Amino acid sequence: MFRAYLKTVFVALIFIAFSQANAEEPTQDHDAHDTTVDGADYGEGDAVNTKDEVSAFIQHHLQDSHYFTLFEKAEDHFFVSLPLPVLLWDDGLQAFSASKFHHGETVAEHNGNYYKLYHGKIYKTDAAGTITYDEDHHPTQAKPFDFSITKNVVVALLVSLIMFFLFKGLAKQYKTRSIPKGIGRVLEPLVIYVRDEIAKPNVGEKKYRKFMGFLLTVFFFIWIANLLGLTPLGTNLTGNIAVTVGLALLTYLITTFSANKDYWKHIFWMPGVHWIMKIFFIPIELVGTLTKPFALLVRLYANITAGHVVLFTLLGAITVAKTDLSIGTGASIGYGVFYFVLAVFITLIELLVAFLQAYIFTLLSALFIGMAVADHDHEHEHDEEGHEIADVEDVRERFV
Amino acid sequence: MYNLIGAGLIAIGAGIGLGQIGGKAMEAIARQPEAAGKIQTAMIIIAALLEGFAFAALLLGK
Amino acid sequence: MDQLINDFSLGLFIWQLVIFIGLIFLMAKYAWKPILNSLDSREQGIADALAAAENAKQEMANLEASNAAAAQEARAQRDEMLKEARQIKEKMIADAAGEAQAQADKIISQAQESIESEKKAALADIKSQVANLSVDIAEKVTRKELSEKVKQHALIEQLLAEANI
Repeated sequence: MFRAYLKTVFVALIFIAFSQANAEEPTQDHDAHDTTVDGADYGEGDAVNTKDEVSAFIQHHLQDSHYFTLFEKAEDHFFVSLPLPVLLWDDGLQAFSASKFHHGETVAEHNGNYYKLYHGKIYKTDAAGTITYDEDHHPTQAKPFDFSITKNVVVALLVSLIMFFLFKGLAKQYKTRSIPKGIGRVLEPLVIYVRDEIAKPNVGEKKYRKFMGFLLTVFFFIWIANLLGLTPLGTNLTGNIAVTVGLALLTYLITTFSANKDYWKHIFWMPGVHWIMKIFFIPIELVGTLTKPFALLVRLYANITAGHVVLFTLLGAITVAKTDLSIGTGASIGYGVFYFVLAVFITLIELLVAFLQAYIFTLLSALFIGMAVADHDHEHEHDEEGHEIADVEDVRERFV
Repeated sequence: MYNLIGAGLIAIGAGIGLGQIGGKAMEAIARQPEAAGKIQTAMIIIAALLEGFAFAALLLGK
Repeated sequence: MDQLINDFSLGLFIWQLVIFIGLIFLMAKYAWKPILNSLDSREQGIADALAAAENAKQEMANLEASNAAAAQEARAQRDEMLKEARQIKEKMIADAAGEAQAQADKIISQAQESIESEKKAALADIKSQVANLSVDIAEKVTRKELSEKVKQHALIEQLLAEANI
């Protein structure tokens, strides 16, 4: 009963937050500020009709934001979005609400400092909000250190909350019953899957337990974040390079700090090769330790980004077919249906990719950790090889 | 423009590599269906490594 | 690459690290540990139950075998007892027969003995009578014809022949 109230209150709070954010918009500087929303200079909202606007929209979607936007119609100053707190380090902590930016339309003034939101980044500027550019069209304005609670931070917190409540519930179920029911029935096999198919074979039967916390958390975090990215909330957490760098950095740190003597020996003094080769191998192996997590972060980032780009391109192509192509209505409807069906297919594939990327990230993390903590028992390896060769011979004999 | 050509080359290379991995894995599974699980895991790991390189190349060229 | 580095937000990176590390510890304490522990204990329980079932099966088989052995033994014992009884019976019959025989033999021998003794007694009696008779005869003969020697002898001969039984 209490939980039902809690849920209602939570939903109501979110609703109020969004509606307030929405309500304050029309009262502000509707005429005071002349919004020039064109395709190239895409701010926080615009009608997305042309090809350039679609690609700008996609660019904008892939980036982090200071708003949690559900719907927007910028030409009418209509936003259903939650302005998030901005935290800047500019001669001390500067904290204010992102609603001051009015979706990038105005200059925010706080404690006598002026800040301008430009392409999702906050620049320090003057009262008029002038931004000067260098020859590469990059702003030359000073960027204060921005550690705001951005959209992705909110999404990360949301994913954490979802995970915590799902698995806390599962953990609680075990106190009263040995086989969980409800959502626990879905989650339990996944936990067992991560343990039996990812951790145990790759880290090792004896040592896997220590790393289960990281592996399970990273698996479900990436998976849930990927799935949230496919919902109409329009989040893109795992397609953000900073997030994947953070995840891969943890894998790297865990690998490095849990590595045993053998691991370092194989890096700095590879056994079984000539000493000249040993020296030659040192930089290669050292770079190898870095490329492994680098490949990890790039893979996750690129896969999710690519998926979002493809999906948005297909959806954008529907509006482009309507407005940008000089074709008849019937033909544009045909295009729309075609792209919609294609988008549905891509969404299904993305559902698979969402799981697959979580799986691969976890699997490779487990593999790297396993490499670092493995006992290199050379006698045993040779034995195993000998055994395998015998097997092959057996099979060949059987065939012959 | 050159970026796109590079991306195309990466796609070709990655495609050939993935085809090789997938094809060989299928052959291996057909030959020894009882080892399908192990082969799949190995296949996914190698495919993931290849994918990582391909994406790294794409991003470096971007 | 340039754009990627430009996109990299240090603030988000720090937030992500803080949230994620916090999440790992939180999940490890409140979720993963109890979940994995109960999964382990459940699997242990299943393994134990299977082992117990196997044990029970083994025990059952053992019991069955011992039951069969007991039945076998009982049957053997019964056979033994029957055999013994039969033996006893036979022995008793044999004993009885033997005793009866012995008794019969004894009776017969006693009878024979008594017959013998009767016979002997009778013979002795006869003998004594014969002796008396012969003495009587001899008396008579001696008294009557002691003068004629030839007649005497003839008489004696005759008497002896008569008296010879």
